[in-house]
Amino acid sequence: MLKTLRTIAGIGIVSEPAPPPDDALRRIEAIQSEILGVLGRALCIREIDAGSCNGCELEIHALNNPIYNIEGMGIRFVASPRHADLLLVTGPVSWHMATALRRTYEATPEPKLVVAVGDCGCNGGIFGTGYATAGPVSAIVPVDVAVPGCPPSPERLLQGILSAVAPLRAR
Amino acid sequence: MTLKRWWGDAEPLAGKPSGAILAVGPSEWLAASNDAAAAGGQLVGLWVTPYPGSTPAAIVRAALLVDGGLLVLELPLSSTAQRYRGLQDIFPAASRMQRAAADLTGVRSDGADQRPWLRHTAWAPDAAPLTGILPTREAIPAVDSYEFVRVEGEGVHEIPVGPVHAGIIEPGHFRFSIVGEKVLRLEERLGYVHKGIERRFTELPILEGHRLAARVSGDSAVAYSWAYCQALEGLARTVVPPRAVWLRALCLELERIQNHLGDLGALGNDAGFAFGLSQFSRIKEELTRTIAAALGQRYLFDAIVPGGIAVDLSDEAAHSLAVRLGRTASLVRELRTIYDDHAGVRDRFSGAGIVSTDLARRLGLTGLAARASGIGIDLRVDSPWPPYHVITPKLCMRRDGDVAARVNVRFDEVDESCRFARALLSDLPAGPLRERVDVATAARPGVGLIEGWRGPVLIALETREAGRIHRCHAHDPSWQNWPVLEHAVIGNIVPDFPLINKSFNLTYSGHDL
Repeated sequence: MLKTLRTIAGIGIVSEPAPPPDDALRRIEAIQSEILGVLGRALCIREIDAGSCNGCELEIHALNNPIYNIEGMGIRFVASPRHADLLLVTGPVSWHMATALRRTYEATPEPKLVVAVGDCGCNGGIFGTGYATAGPVSAIVPVDVAVPGCPPSPERLLQGILSAVAPLRAR
Repeated sequence: MTLKRWWGDAEPLAGKPSGAILAVGPSEWLAASNDAAAAGGQLVGLWVTPYPGSTPAAIVRAALLVDGGLLVLELPLSSTAQRYRGLQDIFPAASRMQRAAADLTGVRSDGADQRPWLRHTAWAPDAAPLTGILPTREAIPAVDSYEFVRVEGEGVHEIPVGPVHAGIIEPGHFRFSIVGEKVLRLEERLGYVHKGIERRFTELPILEGHRLAARVSGDSAVAYSWAYCQALEGLARTVVPPRAVWLRALCLELERIQNHLGDLGALGNDAGFAFGLSQFSRIKEELTRTIAAALGQRYLFDAIVPGGIAVDLSDEAAHSLAVRLGRTASLVRELRTIYDDHAGVRDRFSGAGIVSTDLARRLGLTGLAARASGIGIDLRVDSPWPPYHVITPKLCMRRDGDVAARVNVRFDEVDESCRFARALLSDLPAGPLRERVDVATAARPGVGLIEGWRGPVLIALETREAGRIHRCHAHDPSWQNWPVLEHAVIGNIVPDFPLINKSFNLTYSGHDL
């Protein structure tokens, strides 16, 4: 226990400020308070792998590390779509996952946002469309924001999530 | 003795060093497999290639790892309707591979289990995606029903889980039959992320297939792209420059360390020790950033290319990477003592999800999980390819076969790979990074076999028309290990499943193709 505490104290806080810095950061802070203003609580994300190669998942996991510290920004991942405000979907959507994706979308309460992740989530990527893949996430559910990259960096993912939330201010 | 005969008759294999390929008839097909099994051999992969309009109409191939070499058996079939003798009684892992081959090519084995495996409803039972052009689908296919094995008796009930899981995890379905909290039986159903990868390969130029190979299972991008290039360079007889070979091995070890760090954190978290997740994910992120600074990619998806490597390292970058690796190793050693001293973590890890050495052998458990169950096979050591034939890592093995053993193998391997990667860096040859690749057509496949962080990754590549891929089969060690997971959870409590599952950390994408 002592060693655990010593490690925690020794390392201190490694979290970085949210990207990008200066003006953009001020905007993100504003969005953060908007999230609270609109939802009254943290933004809840349900991640759905609808056919990904699992590369995007590596970077989505990284969002939760103490350096990106997404929870510190008032955003957290939840286990059920019924608790979610936003669906973070990786693709390409395989036809075998299409129904599961559609049902997960339907189980998410309004108002809901969808962020498609990765080149494959945006346009099918290297897998394209075919007998087994429907291609982009937008082929199955409405998409608010699409974040390209193979895989997109955690910074880009965070920007994508925040871009999706931004219009909430207008509502 | 008898095994020697098969090796003697076989011809050298393009690609994997110490590999051989042998055409066999139906009785030799079984005899050679039996001999390999008797000699302690393992089935690495089994796949079917159809040759529409030619003779033979299809060839079933089985890759066997035996005596430290790879022996590929070829069983020609005169018609795709002809049933071949399945290997499931010799190598139980063959069953799902045969079912998958039937789904993709229409060629069936005589195995008892004829249920579809990769096919749900995206294509019709009589359509074979690898032979005919299937129409691009317009509407979402209906949901099918799958015949799970029912467990009956007083107090038995089922828990269906998935395909969408409660976390940032790939999709698949688990059907638990339980009494109280105890698991009587787990049956997996996979295939949800089937993307038609093997069909897609045939649509790509052969010199671009490595990009798709890297995305068969993103967490093993280096292993797959290297296996692809090894197969391709074998067909083309390309000699890869030494610096590229060394850098490839560096990438493979970095991939191993990145994945192990992620798993060690997630395993701590699943044991209720969130401290572990934050510490390991921090160490992983710092290493990942150093990799990005040194090699230009956070994850090395597009590093390995036909003929060599697309990334290079300045002396300065090599130094900073070496320093980071040293730091990573010492931080992980510190965290290891914390995991070891933590009564709660120890309690959750020890005795959970045991796979005995005997069971592991019989079911063909492979890779990291096998090394945690007392099967000391690591291709980098036992069946090396360049540069592992001249610079060799230490084999890491445990015998207990529980979650703790799989955690310990990861701890040992992070330590060893950090040391080994630094050794590679200190010994980096100078010279060019890439050799030109001229691929001729070939009657037989080139086969690449690379020990990825999870286990042996196989690529079998065939070309019959200049520059085109006729067939590219990708095989992940998860094919062998998924069925063993079903056994590992028997008698455990349901809440331990996530921990046991994570301790294997098998791929869905690499399996579903």
